[in-house]
Amino acid sequence: MAKVRGAVVVDIEACKGCGLCVVACPHQVLAQNKQVNSRGYHYSFMEHAENCIGCSNCAVVCPDTCITVYRVKSEKTV
Amino acid sequence: MDVKDIIKEENLVYSKPSLLSDKITHYCPGCSHGVVHKLLAEVIEELGIQEKTIGVSPVGCAVFAYNYIEIDWQEAAHGRAPAVATGIARVDPDKVVFTYQGDGDLASIGTAEIMHAANRGENIVVVFINNAIYGMTGGQMAPTTLLGQVTATTPCGRDLERNGYPLKITELIGQLPGAAYVSRQSVHTPAAVRKCRKALRKSFENAMAKKGTSFVEVVSTCSSGWRLSPVEANKWMEENMFPFYPIGDIKDGQKAEAGDFMQQNLKN
Repeated sequence: MAKVRGAVVVDIEACKGCGLCVVACPHQVLAQNKQVNSRGYHYSFMEHAENCIGCSNCAVVCPDTCITVYRVKSEKTV
Repeated sequence: MDVKDIIKEENLVYSKPSLLSDKITHYCPGCSHGVVHKLLAEVIEELGIQEKTIGVSPVGCAVFAYNYIEIDWQEAAHGRAPAVATGIARVDPDKVVFTYQGDGDLASIGTAEIMHAANRGENIVVVFINNAIYGMTGGQMAPTTLLGQVTATTPCGRDLERNGYPLKITELIGQLPGAAYVSRQSVHTPAAVRKCRKALRKSFENAMAKKGTSFVEVVSTCSSGWRLSPVEANKWMEENMFPFYPIGDIKDGQKAEAGDFMQQNLKN
């Protein structure tokens, strides 16, 4: 069975930690980091990277366009 | 499969539009302006009209929009963007002209300008960001502020007796014969963002086809002005703004034909 796997890259310095991507994610992949970036914001990161399906919802709602999304179809049986 | 194996150029599905500059916006965290900027950049890029698009941004938080979208921009006096856009569109009809205005700008000080520009059927696109508050100056009451809404100048909530009714300017514009496309959208969920993108694309296509004025209201949040977190602000908007400002197309067509309109007038 083909499984879709995705991954997101958050531009840490551009992220303002608004948390809208965390809510938009249908698989609870993203979370706000306890650490802060140089401007003091709790930037988003992939807490459960294995759940990401690369749907781009997080990137679509991101007001600071700091998320890049990648997606791959792996021919692995699960 | 490791995350590192997925993050490769050939697997890219979503990245920043090239028209958006790398500068970090001055907007507050979670501000809807950022999403609308991104959508505009995407639509302009998609239509391939970067070289001939001119944006007009008057006073408001988005006054610095020229820093973020790599197209030509013109600043305008408070509320006067539709008048300036009219001038640009008439002098150079090949250009695609749009204005980017907030609710304090468009619905308050610039009411006359937008009404007459839309009534003349100018071939411009108007992007109207409605967050029911004057965000830039510190959250004062705007004409679009909801009844009972607490702002810096209505600490006990907007009062009908003292402050009057909230203004549904998009419905008013929808009545005008010069308007081609009038729509109200939002950008709080991925689905809403995608719909808003379609509405903006249609507006720019209308401007290119010289169909008349296209008007897209984006019901937005102002988490700083509303004193809420961005996520709470989205929820507040869904619960309070949407019942009064319902999402959807109000008018979709083109401006009235001169012949038909004259006959109608004479019959009356």
